[in-house]
Amino acid sequence: MIQIVNLEKAFGDNHVLKGVSASVSPGEVVVLIGASGSGKSTLLRCVNLLEIPDSGEIWIDGVDVTAKGVVKHEVRRETGMVFQQFNLFPHKRVIDNITLAPKKVRGMSAEDAEELAMDLLGKVDLADKAQSWPHQLSGGQQQRVAIARALAMQPKVMLFDEVTSALDPGMTGEVLTVMKELAADGMTMIVVTHEMAFAREVGDKVIFMHNGVIVEEGPPSDLLANPIHEATKDFLSKVL
Amino acid sequence: MTSIIDFLTDLILELLLLIQTIKDIVNWELLIRTLPRLLEGAKISLIISLFAVILGVTLGILVAIGRLSKFWPTKALASVYVAFIRGTPMIVQIFIVHYGLAELGIRLPAMASGIIALSLNSGAYMGEVFRGGIQSIDMGQTQAGLSVGLSPTQVFRYIVFPQAFRRVIPSMGNEMVTLTKDSSLVNFIGIAELTYKATLAAARTYEYFTMYIGIAIVYFAITFVLSQLLASLERRMGPDDSNSQPGKGLRR
Ligand SMILES: Nc1ncnc2c1ncn2[C@@H]1O[C@H](COP(=O)(O)OP(=O)(O)O)[C@@H](O)[C@H]1O
Ligand SMILES: [Mg+2]
Repeated sequence: MIQIVNLEKAFGDNHVLKGVSASVSPGEVVVLIGASGSGKSTLLRCVNLLEIPDSGEIWIDGVDVTAKGVVKHEVRRETGMVFQQFNLFPHKRVIDNITLAPKKVRGMSAEDAEELAMDLLGKVDLADKAQSWPHQLSGGQQQRVAIARALAMQPKVMLFDEVTSALDPGMTGEVLTVMKELAADGMTMIVVTHEMAFAREVGDKVIFMHNGVIVEEGPPSDLLANPIHEATKDFLSKVL
Repeated sequence: MTSIIDFLTDLILELLLLIQTIKDIVNWELLIRTLPRLLEGAKISLIISLFAVILGVTLGILVAIGRLSKFWPTKALASVYVAFIRGTPMIVQIFIVHYGLAELGIRLPAMASGIIALSLNSGAYMGEVFRGGIQSIDMGQTQAGLSVGLSPTQVFRYIVFPQAFRRVIPSMGNEMVTLTKDSSLVNFIGIAELTYKATLAAARTYEYFTMYIGIAIVYFAITFVLSQLLASLERRMGPDDSNSQPGKGLRR
């Protein structure tokens, strides 16, 4: 489904990704862990071309999205992303946050888009907030709307970048629950998180990144319980 | 403490005295007789300002897009334009458009020259206002827009620009007020607007003080109404929602 081949990315002198290769199968939930600054967000952002890698390839469903001539916003239709800071559109009501892209990008009719949006709002348990403004919602609610907004494009893969890190502790649960349900529905997901319980319970594969390289990867039961590398042990001893 | 109060009391008394003096010097009877003619001029001033504001805002949006574009010729063009307008007196700009172009064979009616010159002037300042507004919108908004598959143009149109526009209404209002006042400069190319009418009437009657106080009141009335309209527009558009950030958004 997704093949990342020898990806490199530098910001000036700062070599952030130093040849990263990874693969994600359809329906798989890959959990990306690693210390802050290890390049997790950059890797995720390369997958939907919010960052353009310096070299290497990213194949999504048989298409190399790093190839010349690829239209970036067409690639991004197929990849949903949820951010740490929610980034809801504050000038649009909840429902309009969700219907915007289906209408403008997919050319969906207003009626169909609203039906889809209400369906998704039901899934994230916020059907009663359709007409609210983002600032009227709690952080957890905003993040669930952000998930619904990303799902509205019916992406092939969902990218989650520390989506619970900005939330009050009491609100992480409701967001993680939505993500679990999504995984159970068979959504392909790449999840950057520090929630190790989530990684253990939902992850099919855990990838540990350190200083721009993948040091170790495997099923959560192996990697989290019996890390092999020093860096992995070190990291896990701090977060577990 | 008491000395400050004494000072303020004195100051207020002085001001009241000044107002009294003005009231006595102004020939109110003449002013009221001349008022219809002045208001004719005010109509011209308003028409010029209105056109210049509409064109200036439009031009300003284009200038902001130009300055923020990654394409260097557009960027350079917009920057030079803004620098030129900001670095030269408005009256000179008006003369260039009216008399300068005439020498090149482009002979415009004064009204057209006036509107063009004011629009060009206001476009540069509005451009700076819009540029600031656009830059003040969080990068996360752009990224969220891009991540759902909107094209960069769509992100600008549906996400960034509406938020920026809402945020610059107060500064835009200031620019409009400035422009309305500055429209008085076009009397120098012979447009019979408010200041021009007052100057004529003053020359005829030798009542300079009366006439200029008179139009000062008219200009003030116009800008005051304009400010109130903008303030109500701002209120109707609701609070500035820059608070989608976590923490601020946690309240229900
Ligand atoms: N847009 C950017 N410009 C410059 N440096 C960046 C940018 N994005 C990330 N970096 C740098 O890349 C490194 C890795 O960042 P990031 O991918 O965000 O790590 P992580 O998500 O694992 O914390 C950091 O040193 C960060 O400062
Ligand atoms: Mg990160």
